[in-house]
Amino acid sequence: MDTQKMNKQEALDKMRAELEGKRGQQYWRSLDEVSQSKEFKSWFEDEFPNRQELFQIDRRTLLKFAGASLALAGLSGCRGVFLPEEKVIPFVKAPEEMVPGKALFYASAVTLAGYATGVLVEQHEGRPIKLEGNPDHPASLGSLGSIAQAEVLNFYDPDRAGNVYALDEISTWEEFNKELKSQLDAHVATKGKGIAVLFGTITSPTHAAMIEQFKKKYPEAKVYAWEPVGRTSLTAAVKAVTGKDGVPVYDFSKAKVVVTLDGDFLSPTETPGALIYARQFAQARKVTGSKGEMSRLYAIESNCGLVGASADHRYTVKPSEVYQSALALAKEVGLSVPGVNAPGRLQTDLPAIVKDLKAHMGESVVVASEQAPAEVQIAAFLINNALGNIGKTVKFVATPEASTGMGQIADLVKDMKSNAVDLIFISNCNPVYTAPADLAFGDALKSVKTKVHLASHFDETSALCDWKLPLAHSLEAWGDARSFEGTASIIQPLIAPIFDGRSEIEVMSNFLGENRGGYDLVRDYWKSQKLGGAEFEKGWRTAVHNGTIPNTASAPLAMTSTSASLPSPVASGSGLEASFMADPAIFDGRHANNGWLQELPRPLTKVVWDNVITLSAADAKNLGVKTDEYVRVSSGSAEIDGIVFVLPGQPVGSVTINLGYGRTAGGTLATIATVGNTPGDQGGGCNAYALRTSKNLNFTPVQIKSLGTEMHLASTQGHSPLGGNRMPDEPIHRDVIRAGTLEEFNKAGEEAEKSGDLVKKGEIYAEALSNGNHIVEDKEIAEGNLYPEETFEWDGDQWGMTIDMNACTGCGACVTACQAENNISVVGKEQVGKGREMHWIRIDRYYSGSDENPDVAWQPVACVHCEKAPCEPVCPVAATIHSHEGLNQMVYNRCVGTRYCSNNCPYKVRRFNYLNWTDNQEQFTKKTSPINTRVIPGPIREPKAEGVQLLKLLNNPDVTVRGRGVMEKCSYCVQRINEARIESKKAGRRIADGDVITACQQACPSQAIVFGNLADKNSQVAKMKADPRSYQLLKELQTRPRTSHMAKLRNPNPEIKSANETTEAHS
Amino acid sequence: MADSRINDLLITGDQNYATIDHSVGRLVLDSKAHSIAWFKWLIVGVMGSGLLMVSIAWLIFQGTGTWGNNIPAAWGFDIVNFVWWIGIGHAGTLISAILLLLRQQWRNSINRFSEAMTIFAVMCAGLYPLLHTGRPWNDYWLFPYPNILGMWPQFRSPLLWDVFAVSTYFSVSLVFWFVGLVPDFATLRDKATNRYAKLIFALLAMGWRGSAKHWHRYEQMYYILAGISAPLVLSVHSIVSFDFAISIVPGWNVTVFPPYFVAGAVFAGFAMVIIWGIPLRKYYKLEHLITNRHMDWMAKILLATGLIVFYGYFLEVFYSWYSGNSYEFKLLMKTRFDGMYAKFYWALIFCNGLCPQIFWWNKARTSTFWLIFVSIMVSIGMWLERFVIIPMSLTNNYLPSSDKPYYPSFWDLAMFAGTLGFFTMLMILFIRFLPTINIFEVKDLLFKMKGKKEFVEGQEPVEVA
Repeated sequence: MDTQKMNKQEALDKMRAELEGKRGQQYWRSLDEVSQSKEFKSWFEDEFPNRQELFQIDRRTLLKFAGASLALAGLSGCRGVFLPEEKVIPFVKAPEEMVPGKALFYASAVTLAGYATGVLVEQHEGRPIKLEGNPDHPASLGSLGSIAQAEVLNFYDPDRAGNVYALDEISTWEEFNKELKSQLDAHVATKGKGIAVLFGTITSPTHAAMIEQFKKKYPEAKVYAWEPVGRTSLTAAVKAVTGKDGVPVYDFSKAKVVVTLDGDFLSPTETPGALIYARQFAQARKVTGSKGEMSRLYAIESNCGLVGASADHRYTVKPSEVYQSALALAKEVGLSVPGVNAPGRLQTDLPAIVKDLKAHMGESVVVASEQAPAEVQIAAFLINNALGNIGKTVKFVATPEASTGMGQIADLVKDMKSNAVDLIFISNCNPVYTAPADLAFGDALKSVKTKVHLASHFDETSALCDWKLPLAHSLEAWGDARSFEGTASIIQPLIAPIFDGRSEIEVMSNFLGENRGGYDLVRDYWKSQKLGGAEFEKGWRTAVHNGTIPNTASAPLAMTSTSASLPSPVASGSGLEASFMADPAIFDGRHANNGWLQELPRPLTKVVWDNVITLSAADAKNLGVKTDEYVRVSSGSAEIDGIVFVLPGQPVGSVTINLGYGRTAGGTLATIATVGNTPGDQGGGCNAYALRTSKNLNFTPVQIKSLGTEMHLASTQGHSPLGGNRMPDEPIHRDVIRAGTLEEFNKAGEEAEKSGDLVKKGEIYAEALSNGNHIVEDKEIAEGNLYPEETFEWDGDQWGMTIDMNACTGCGACVTACQAENNISVVGKEQVGKGREMHWIRIDRYYSGSDENPDVAWQPVACVHCEKAPCEPVCPVAATIHSHEGLNQMVYNRCVGTRYCSNNCPYKVRRFNYLNWTDNQEQFTKKTSPINTRVIPGPIREPKAEGVQLLKLLNNPDVTVRGRGVMEKCSYCVQRINEARIESKKAGRRIADGDVITACQQACPSQAIVFGNLADKNSQVAKMKADPRSYQLLKELQTRPRTSHMAKLRNPNPEIKSANETTEAHS
Repeated sequence: MADSRINDLLITGDQNYATIDHSVGRLVLDSKAHSIAWFKWLIVGVMGSGLLMVSIAWLIFQGTGTWGNNIPAAWGFDIVNFVWWIGIGHAGTLISAILLLLRQQWRNSINRFSEAMTIFAVMCAGLYPLLHTGRPWNDYWLFPYPNILGMWPQFRSPLLWDVFAVSTYFSVSLVFWFVGLVPDFATLRDKATNRYAKLIFALLAMGWRGSAKHWHRYEQMYYILAGISAPLVLSVHSIVSFDFAISIVPGWNVTVFPPYFVAGAVFAGFAMVIIWGIPLRKYYKLEHLITNRHMDWMAKILLATGLIVFYGYFLEVFYSWYSGNSYEFKLLMKTRFDGMYAKFYWALIFCNGLCPQIFWWNKARTSTFWLIFVSIMVSIGMWLERFVIIPMSLTNNYLPSSDKPYYPSFWDLAMFAGTLGFFTMLMILFIRFLPTINIFEVKDLLFKMKGKKEFVEGQEPVEVA
């Protein structure tokens, strides 16, 4: 090595010579230019550039160094990615409450499209590893949806923007601020004319206040807001009836009758209140014991959502017919609106529906989609008013959004095109990808002189901007945000920023000419708001601790106009209409680089890693296409190519395409379709935004033609030549799903209560709830049973679980919760396609009735912990064994991987590490060679920058990370049981009911899952197990599962005759 | 000697001890006895073995995921091939042990190469259970060895019984084979002209001099070993069948499996003996030792075991209806009779059920074409049988949501082709370097056929038939 021989002075001189004449300080950090010289390169890459050659060192010096190296060796371990070197403090004095190995929980909040959901962040040794719902937060009450839970994976995403870039060169915040200052100074004279700022939805009070300050400072500057799946039309609709910007808040627990007009109040991508609404809805439909009452849900749907799957009566309409349906309903209720007929079967049933609604004045709700055109929503509000629901089940509150009054994106594009903008700041928003296609935002943006983009991932918009700023994640920066009903929360960081990101408010402060930290900004704002009254410090600490700020819920609004005039509906055409929905997992595309969400089976289709062109069977037949076919969808001159999925229940004439796919920038997973892969190969889907115009934000007429090729979608259920979608009508799978109507159930209950015999009782219920498929055999089982009734062989806690299929909405929160808690690997589309997904809990979706409008039953299945588990005796090495407490345990270390246990498992809940998934996560590694793209991952692919290390930080230290060749499955969250056991032993008591909450149970918005000690007859789970609706899955196999499922009940209106007789018979 | 009337069906032509020594011994001692075809087949075998090595290396490097196995079909080609190879291994021991004990002299000219086949087939079979585990380097945990954890294997698992059954079977078969070879090694030692060949055979012959005492001891040992082997023939495949019968998987949990599997194994084994026997006798001019009488009888065994197997298929259909078990019935109707895999089921019925029926005709039993054709069909059929039982049953589940198809991957096929090549290589080398036919037993047979008198007095031979 010639450089090593080169004198240190020489090398430095050479480097200085290189730098001579370069302009500005930033070039010290832009190594590309300097690094042209070989000398500098090796000087830089040399770990100890100033070291002497070994030969030049004399003996004494060598010994000196040897001693020092030994002494220093121990210190290097302290250096971590998560703490900057200069701030490392050894825990000689550990922080208070910090016990290694023990998790700490901090209240904070995460946002989706601006709206906050309160969370508790589980933190281990300074690393946030899991998000759980904050029981005190009004938008969570302890549960949390998939997207919010997956934020923690976003936090460790190695593709997250990490550095400030000036064009394509790494820069610094100082450089940026210098540049910004000169730009802003140039605008002072013109009072900010020419400055444009574009935000996403903002609910943060601090941020809002700063924007006001900015507006004051630069009155000519323009502020815009754009949210692709936002509540703009909702706010407008509320304004039409209350005169003020507002949003509705519903109370489904009081609603006896619910009618939805595409209003999917159960899914978090549709409304920020979904977690609460799901809980209230489940409460209103909870049946305990032998007799019960339930609310009734009529769903009018133009797509297949969660609400339709839970509905007692579902009507399918085309997207353009939703407004017609709303008007027809309004007319029937008695409002003076343009008279139209409702489409199809709905018209026939409308009188019965309205009769039902009118019988429950003040106890009903009509919900329209929050993204629907304002007239649909106004109609819904007027109907609610006519039914006396306003103020009871429907309330209006002032909008929590600060971005409501801001400019429209269309105006911004107009300004940009007319060269009225010379400095644009786009904050946490990706308009190049999400803006309506007709605006051609990207082209307009190019004409702006200086473009600044703050983003969590460098995306399509960043690619066109001059300054790319990394956005700090909500787990590493201070902030605040409001929930759907207005309550504000403080977002507190759990860790120092792992990259060089800054939060939106910090960057905003730069725009105000300051450079203040998030903590000061938030704190000062709330101080100015008199938080805590006289004792601010106390109030502040309480707010941070609790995760909510008291008395910040939005002010209620009164309905002022009860007769807004509604436009006449446009007659809908006969062609296909494509509606654009936020993806249930990756939302509007912002979570496209999140492996957990990409691999979360979409509730109805069970497809992963792709969006699909959803067609009804009739339309598919007309078009001559089938599932997996590659088709071209065109609307005007715009066209996209996507994969067809024929979905039972999809309304005829309606095509649903989820937004968020077909990304061209924004990380490895986001761009999986476009970078290095053929379409359909690894997922990635198609870009529905290309068809979405400012006039047709919700739906647009389209033509579809086949491209003649077949692609493969990866789906976790039913997408195979073997089927597996529906419950066959013949008594083959006789008792897998127990479902029945409330009426039948109540009748059976009456009969059962009369008979004293326990077995007889069980038979009566089973007959009533098994669609006539139940072959009477409980008696046989009871008589021929050699096992004792209870097989508790040990006088201790006996764990068990119940899953209420009547409450389950199929949202998938439990799947993500389990994945986060138990370090479950993401395997990618190819492997899911091979049938190797790793989720420990899955939500089976079964159809019954007709294909056009089937009934849906959700059945979450995880390991049921059989008392007589078939997997245990077949393992040759005793790697799966039974605990005293009834857990079927998997000993990873002992497993050699014969997989016999999985073969012998009748529930097929065991998952096998066919490959080394852990070290090969697509998100955390990079491909080492282009040839490698399509083959199975190698044993360890090259980690991205800090890829593998980041994944290691995310893992839950209480749960073993499984290597390849090992079987795994649900453990009933044994780590949580052990935690509770330790705590109870410390307190000198037994584990109390409710001490152990499994991850799935905790996340479930509708509280469908109950876990606890069966030996304790007073525990909630023991009571649920004794409930008449409770049944054991595959009871006839005598596996004696510890998890029981609870029958699903429907509450159809007896006055409505279902269009499909079979549906009626089996619903 | 010149009496051409020793034209018995088990040994034909004008034979004496010297001609037998020559016709068998020359394959080993005279390299010119092998044509270029032998070399070509060796190349095929070596290339196949290479493919096997590559697929094993890739498997260990990457993991079981290189195969097509998934959840629910956690077993696929791996166990299909394991059971198939084990089945093929059965003819050898049956011929050498059971027929020996039953004093069936016709086994004498086919036992050697079918025993070799057994050993090679078990070697191929053994690879699969060893390699199909997720972590093959921990396979030794399946053996009950003393360890500081005090951790024993789980004796209730049929996979553990399998370990014992297969390893016992392999070791007993190997010893049995070697013992049977010792007198022939001595013959080759005496006949060999090449120094090194002489030396090697001398070492292998272990000082055999052919004294009466040697023969006495030999007979004692051989019969004892045969006595040990005989139950193994029945037990090994019974235990292999327990891998399935013990479980609760519809299509596996079947009490008829043990006899049905054993019959199937014998069926497959004899088919393989015919597949190798016919070209062997043709190319090496051994028709006088492996005669049509042998073929006729082997065909009869094929027919008999084939009928047992067919009866097994019939029973599967019957009890899936008669048991009233709806899951079994669904498997039958939706997965076997119908659905994406139905073609394999019907191919199985054709190969194993219908094809052997041709052997009801005398002519077919001695026709080279029909023998080869049916044997190949049976080999394919027996492979299909395991495919029908193992992955096809697994794709059909108690919970309909778990039904997922199974497709083998390239490496599944590569490894199977590799074991076929490995087996071919071993057989080809065996033909070249070891006596393919048991020399002394054939001589013994000749002696018995001709009758002692022939040799002593030159009288009329006694018909042996």
